Amino acid sequence: MERRRLLFIAAIISVLVGVAAFVGSARVPPLQIIASMLSTTLAVATPLTLGALCGVWCERAGVVNIGIEGTMLTSAFFGWTAATALATFTAAPAGLCLLGGVGAAVVSAMLVGLLLSVLAVTFRVDQIIAGVVVDLFAVGVTGFLNRQMMFEHGGLFGGVAPQSAGVMPHVRIPLLADLPVVGPIFDQQPIAFAGLLLVALTHFVLFFTRFGLRVRAAGEHPRAAATVGIDVRAVRHRSVLIGSAIAGLGGAYFTLESVPSFEPLMTNGRGFIALAAMIFGNWTPLGALGAALLFGSAQALQINLQFFREAIPESLSFLQQSSIVGLLPYVLTMVVLTGVVGRTTAPAADGNPDDGRG
Amino acid sequence: MTTPTPALACTGLTKRYGALVANDAVDFELLPGEIHVLLGENGAGKSTLMNMLYGMSAPDAGEIRREGWTVTLGTPTDAIALGIGMVHQHFMLVPVFTVTENVMLGAEVTRAGGVLERRKVADELRALSARYGLEIDPDARVDTLSVGQQQRVEIVKALYRKARVLILDEPTAVLTPQEADALFGVMRDLRAEGVSIVFITHKLREVLAVADRITVMRGGRIVGATTPSETDEAGLATLMVGRDVSLRVEKRVAAPGPDVLVLENVCVEDHRGIEVVQDLSLRVRAGEILGIAGVQGNGQTELVEVVTGLRRAARGRLTLLGDDVTRATPGHLLDAGVAHVPEDRHRHALIMGWSIADNLVLGRHDRPPFARFGLRRFAAVAENARRLFAAFDIRGSGPEATCQSLSGGNQQKVVLARALSGTVRLLVANQPTRGVDVGAIEQLHREIVAARDAGAAVLLVSAELDEILGLADRIVVMYRGRVVSEVDAGAATRPALGLAMAGGVGAQGV
Amino acid sequence: MTALLRPLLVPVLAVFTALVVGAGVIAAAGASPWDAYTGLFQGAFGSARALSETAVWATPYIFAGLAVSLAFHAGLFNIGAEGQIAVGALTAALFGYGLPRWFGSDLPALVHLPMTLLAGVMGGGLWGALPGWLKARTGAHEVINTIMLNYIAINMVSFLLNGALKDPEPGNVIARTPLIAASAELPTLLERYRVHWGFVLALVLAAGVAFLLRRTTLGFELRAVGSNPDAAAAGGIPVVRTTVIAMALSGGLAGLAGAVEVTALNHRHELGFSAGYGFDAIAVALLGRTHPVGVVLSGLLLGAMRNGATRMQFLTQIPVDVISVIQALILLFVAADVIVRKLYRLRTPGERVALTRGWGA
Repeated sequence: MERRRLLFIAAIISVLVGVAAFVGSARVPPLQIIASMLSTTLAVATPLTLGALCGVWCERAGVVNIGIEGTMLTSAFFGWTAATALATFTAAPAGLCLLGGVGAAVVSAMLVGLLLSVLAVTFRVDQIIAGVVVDLFAVGVTGFLNRQMMFEHGGLFGGVAPQSAGVMPHVRIPLLADLPVVGPIFDQQPIAFAGLLLVALTHFVLFFTRFGLRVRAAGEHPRAAATVGIDVRAVRHRSVLIGSAIAGLGGAYFTLESVPSFEPLMTNGRGFIALAAMIFGNWTPLGALGAALLFGSAQALQINLQFFREAIPESLSFLQQSSIVGLLPYVLTMVVLTGVVGRTTAPAADGNPDDGRG
Repeated sequence: MTTPTPALACTGLTKRYGALVANDAVDFELLPGEIHVLLGENGAGKSTLMNMLYGMSAPDAGEIRREGWTVTLGTPTDAIALGIGMVHQHFMLVPVFTVTENVMLGAEVTRAGGVLERRKVADELRALSARYGLEIDPDARVDTLSVGQQQRVEIVKALYRKARVLILDEPTAVLTPQEADALFGVMRDLRAEGVSIVFITHKLREVLAVADRITVMRGGRIVGATTPSETDEAGLATLMVGRDVSLRVEKRVAAPGPDVLVLENVCVEDHRGIEVVQDLSLRVRAGEILGIAGVQGNGQTELVEVVTGLRRAARGRLTLLGDDVTRATPGHLLDAGVAHVPEDRHRHALIMGWSIADNLVLGRHDRPPFARFGLRRFAAVAENARRLFAAFDIRGSGPEATCQSLSGGNQQKVVLARALSGTVRLLVANQPTRGVDVGAIEQLHREIVAARDAGAAVLLVSAELDEILGLADRIVVMYRGRVVSEVDAGAATRPALGLAMAGGVGAQGV
Repeated sequence: MTALLRPLLVPVLAVFTALVVGAGVIAAAGASPWDAYTGLFQGAFGSARALSETAVWATPYIFAGLAVSLAFHAGLFNIGAEGQIAVGALTAALFGYGLPRWFGSDLPALVHLPMTLLAGVMGGGLWGALPGWLKARTGAHEVINTIMLNYIAINMVSFLLNGALKDPEPGNVIARTPLIAASAELPTLLERYRVHWGFVLALVLAAGVAFLLRRTTLGFELRAVGSNPDAAAAGGIPVVRTTVIAMALSGGLAGLAGAVEVTALNHRHELGFSAGYGFDAIAVALLGRTHPVGVVLSGLLLGAMRNGATRMQFLTQIPVDVISVIQALILLFVAADVIVRKLYRLRTPGERVALTRGWGA
């Protein structure tokens, strides 16, 4: 990643952590707040990282995916529904219910991805339109099913009180988690750790393997790929499915790791911010992670101002208004997209339906 | 005498696109170890034929044989497996990949887990390029290479796949004469190694220089077969076009007037911020054609963009008829009489899905008589189209048809007709006849000369040396963003210009 | 088939197919599709009141659908109508109750109402112009920026309606502005029915947009930039300015949707009044093939569906949200017209119009 963008990310995160520490410093030791900020940043960056990885997979192959939001919303819903149904109707232990939920989330996300890739790759529908179709579809379907499920007549939980499966347990990395200050960073839930692993894995596959080379060729010059006998459509379908599965894990974060419930529209634009993270990260997995942490820190500030509510002096209490600090990720997204912090280059055939066939 | 079994042959090969028959029962034979030229003008069906022989598109009828065996080429993979390689006119290279990555793509060498063996392949490439005298750096990124080097990568790519039949589609279009000669040398070396080569071109001179045998295509059919010893340029031209053609542009000696466009020490940066035009000064006078020769990508595109206001010069000064226009907008320059024939008509000149009539007023759509008080006047637009259709002999189904429906030559006539329909003080024509048939070329050239004779200054940019030599009154050669040579057309010679285009010293500098 | 009806074919078949699939969804949810659709139809068209309500629902759809369509013609995808509606409603409400206070006296409706509506246009227009400018100047894609501005608008409006602009009436706990003055109210068309002059205004503006696109040089330039920005630039059309104007006009139309809702129906800005009009507008625009007449027709159709859904839910216990599913299906079949064409064995047209462009900045 370019030095300038790296510095920008580090600077913004430091400033936001500093603001939190300063605001609460009257009553809570700054170190405690800093640790909490860093830990929250990593946690809330998880769906952004996973969403951005989905974007990297799709767009490196030449498919613009603006349906990440819808993919995550859908998987959040089905993940939660599956986990809750397992907990309600079977005697399975909570861990197994959650695992089933994650499985359902990933599978449902892949189905959404399939819809997108059929539209965009097979039928060559305008990719941005196709993505918006996916998003609106997700809103409609999850909204409808979420309401329908509770209906006494014909609903999944008709007349039964749903039994929550809870959220994923924390995993402490031995030794590291016991360190002072930075310790909490190494005490996270499984999907957060999975996100970091998937960043490394995506980087490796894209840049060091045959499949990755073909994915990137499909996204840069599909015709060149086709003339050496590569089935560009197949490569794109696979990439979109892989990416969507990863986004499914991101969706699972919302209902199986963050909170044990589903609300309509709960992804709240995270899928679009993830897309911005992918762009700011210059379509690379590592860059996407960095950008996701940047946006995550903005969200972490809002959360930590709630944590340390009592410590905040009266004069600064307006900062707690969620509608003010809550704007930060959205504003940051617009700022980085202007390119003032360094221009990025999309894969040359990103969004281009050409697949080298007739 | 027995003829050897052809390396590659086809009989009755036919391909239709809707109502258009692109290839009509084509028979073609490539003998082992020969260089076989396929000659024809733009749109004659050469590329369609080769795409079928390389498995890129499926024939509607006919048969393909490789060394006597009937084969079905469903995809390029099939062709590659049969030892057929192709170098496309537009290179099929991924610009951001290294040479090694480009060569191995689709034929990757991997370790366990699909991990790429880049080192091993790079070493193989070094050996391969040494053997054929095709010097390349396997670790270089393709977008840092010159077009000539990129072409070498394409050839190595085919040889790496053990191609014994090599199809070269218009390979010299982007080369200097010297680079083309070097390519011919490589082709002869490959022939000596037993590789059979199909060489597609529309340039007559090259045909005679390199061919063992010649097949001529016109209108989707084979119209003749010959050898260099049996024919000459004029004969080939007649065969290719189907009538006698004049290869020379008729024009009087120029009578230059005062300076129209003056560039002083102009520097231009491209979108990456790299300086692609450096410290360039030139002047174009009324009533003369200044030809800018040079291999594509030496700053000509950006120079034209600056002259037409589409890009700002980073430094330097432009004046038009004495007025400073360094920071003028395209609209401003249009009003001042700068007419523009852009390089890529599909991208920069025409709105393909719109009617021809609307395209013919684009740029003047908001002036009288085409509009008044911000409202369009359709009667005037239609009248304008009728007039220009007649004046420029635009052949299509009428002014309300889309530009999409026109042939390349007629699209280009629309672009030129629009450019010349106002008051023209300066005509900037960038590759005005690219991809156009001979009939249209003749007409486009006549119109450009007529504009000159009417007193316009003409800035002609072309990668076709023949076009420059035929049209220009004065010639400058651009190389790496600089003018490296300036000569009067009468004193220009092909080898000297070619040398200058390659960065060597040509005639005296400015 | 006459040339006039041909463009209707795919949209009509798309709606039909979506209703068939929707019937499957309803059946799967345990209700009778026949009953559901009968209820839907009765609720939308079954009485004079139902018709009036359908027109009321259709009004913001037509405004916002025109907004999205206009942007499409300039090659821009405005997903930000929702935010522009919110901002337009806010500025309209502010002018609606604020103007008399600042002037210290009542204003004649002839002055006050137009100023209020114009305030809505300006608010929405500015909110739309910003992503247009960012796109033209920096290449930042309008799709992401308009979405971000939706969230920003909604947060901002929520902040203001809970704070500075909150209705100060004692005991009010709702995030809403005070009532606008009577002089800023947009009157109804008929006694006892809610259908109002905003509906007529929407039809007039549809004609206006059609005129703009077809007959004016601005419309020509807008479409040129939308079809081929490079050729437009080479033809001397100022691409940056045209892009900003297109997004400002688009945002203005959406802002007007909000202003009309405020002045005609609620007479104040209440948080969350726009039930996703801005997103439904995308379906309206695409179903109407971005043609103003098509937008009016599809706006009426989707308005009718939203309106009839309440009765449908009452009769069959199918949640109104099923309309969102059907709407998404319509959008799917319109966007992927290949599917519809394959399904009904229609001929594919030779050329396809590109609506949007990728990131390539």
